[in-house]
Amino acid sequence: MSTILEVNQVYKYFGGVKANEDISLTVEQGSIVGLIGPNGSGKTTLFNSIVGTHPIDKGNIKFNDIEVSQLPVPTVAKLGLLRTFQQTRIYGKLNCIQNMLISSKSEKDTIFNIFSKIPEDLTTKAENLLQFVGLHQKRKLRAGDLSFGQQKLLELAMALMNEPKMLLLDEPTAGINPTLINGIIDRLIKVNKEFGITLLVIEHNMRVIMSLAQRIFCLAHGQMLAEGTPEQIKNDKRVIDAYLGVQ
Amino acid sequence: MKGNKLIIYGLLLAFGLAAPFIFPAYKLQISFMWILVILALTWDVQGGQMGYNSFGNILFFGIGMYICAGIQIGMFFPLAEWTSSGGEKTFLHTPSQYFQGFFVGLVLASIVPAIVAALIGYGILGLRGHYFAICTLGLGIAAGEIAGGIELIGAGQGMTAPPWPKGIGDTELRSEFFYFLCFILMVVTFIFLKWAYQTRFGLILNAIRDNEDKAEAMGIYTMRYKIIGWIVSAFFLGIAGGLMGNMVGYIEPTEIAFAGATYGVFMVLMAILGGKGTLWGPVIGAVAFHIFKEGFWTFFLGWQYVALGALIVVIVVFFPEGIMGWLREKYPEKFGEIVDEADRKAQVELK
Ligand SMILES: Nc1ncnc2c1ncn2[C@@H]1O[C@H](COP(=O)(O)OP(=O)(O)O)[C@@H](O)[C@H]1O
Ligand SMILES: [Mg+2]
Repeated sequence: MSTILEVNQVYKYFGGVKANEDISLTVEQGSIVGLIGPNGSGKTTLFNSIVGTHPIDKGNIKFNDIEVSQLPVPTVAKLGLLRTFQQTRIYGKLNCIQNMLISSKSEKDTIFNIFSKIPEDLTTKAENLLQFVGLHQKRKLRAGDLSFGQQKLLELAMALMNEPKMLLLDEPTAGINPTLINGIIDRLIKVNKEFGITLLVIEHNMRVIMSLAQRIFCLAHGQMLAEGTPEQIKNDKRVIDAYLGVQ
Repeated sequence: MKGNKLIIYGLLLAFGLAAPFIFPAYKLQISFMWILVILALTWDVQGGQMGYNSFGNILFFGIGMYICAGIQIGMFFPLAEWTSSGGEKTFLHTPSQYFQGFFVGLVLASIVPAIVAALIGYGILGLRGHYFAICTLGLGIAAGEIAGGIELIGAGQGMTAPPWPKGIGDTELRSEFFYFLCFILMVVTFIFLKWAYQTRFGLILNAIRDNEDKAEAMGIYTMRYKIIGWIVSAFFLGIAGGLMGNMVGYIEPTEIAFAGATYGVFMVLMAILGGKGTLWGPVIGAVAFHIFKEGFWTFFLGWQYVALGALIVVIVVFFPEGIMGWLREKYPEKFGEIVDEADRKAQVELK
């Protein structure tokens, strides 16, 4: 197996707040990796650093052997490294189908196809993916009218529409109706196995991450606390303490 | 439905073509109305579709105006002499000079503002929200000040555009000529935008409006689309400015060319009145606004701006989404929006 993402000694400070300190992790091509940690431990910040939302203070980040820490956000996305947001981001006044159409990657991204027609068959692809995340019946509703959990599902479908190589999912089950959680786990496994997309998942729900991930990284106070298989993480005293708030 | 639409378009087109002969006394008035429609349509590319409130689009209108007249004169006569000494009295364009100059003038009045839009856009379209709005407000004001300091184009005194050449018909012909140019430009602008909004470009402008960060995170170089959008606006605004300068016959920096306090505000108002972010909204808004303004202005003599202020308040309070937006909320199915309660209430299932 080859490495698809390599984060190497990354530091990110916000003024006095040490959001990420000396973070290193690697993700193997084709795997599902979990990223856990208490609230405020720097997980979202790490995602932002990886996709270029903000410059990092130190370290380097390689995606498919390309240094991405200096690249602008759209360029990183075009390389096939996409992220979803903890606080959902969708195009609220457009309907779900339109949200999907915008998300598709245009084959050639030149000045000349700025005014290109949207291919007809994209709509079918959009509908199929909406079906995949259970939103088919809602496809003509404005995205802004969906509930928070439904918007999370829409964001996942939008990301799939873009056909990334790797997806960073920021709490994909947060706010989602608990009866759907098993369905989501099942979908994410399909995304990984059938679509061949590598996943790095921030997740609060321990049951979800334990049944999804092959490897888990745990952050606390902006530092890497532990790393291992779900079994090792579950029994790691430092992780248990971090979650129970024992210092 | 399709047939109905064609009939409506046909009737509107027929009205536009016949109007100068049905209402000969209002030819000039209706020409101005088409210019206003162009101002509203092009403003809406930024303000409505893309969600960037620009108060500086008047810049391109003014540049087009000066460029067109300057070229028309400069191609055949010394421009400095014309502007310093009322050149229209000493230098006379022959009809062929007039039309040649006018043609080249209009072409450059479209290209130069488009280039300016690209350059300035690169600099300021990175700003978001209020910062962008304030910055564009400065642009229009600065342009008026700068134009007022350039002797070559008459500085604060302004300059005349070439008068209609002698020997090819009277002022009636002149106003018909300009009427049809305004009408055609309006139709072309409308058709271009109608088409463009159906392409990837249109969807991405809306995506930028709704969540620009998301669009970037999905791999869209939003800057590119923002600049192209501004270029499109500047292109049509520049030609409109060129036509306007010739119709009015006299170009002055702050009241006519870079008239931020009047046309610069009107374009925003018209688009909001009609419904920003819709294709027809700016058209309807501009027509309604022009009729209101011309019909009632005389009643409010001395109080025009109070009346205008009252109009703004009424729009903002009662029609925050404009006429089209209001219709859209009321009859969503007519706008292709299916609001099926069953869909809305449906439970999401993942089996
Ligand atoms: N843009 C920002 N500016 C200032 N502080 C920030 C910013 N983003 C995150 N932080 C701080 O960094 C720390 C880590 O936050 P975050 O990465 O969101 O944690 P997590 O996702 O693990 O809950 C928090 O203390 C948070 O307040
Ligand atoms: Mg977070």
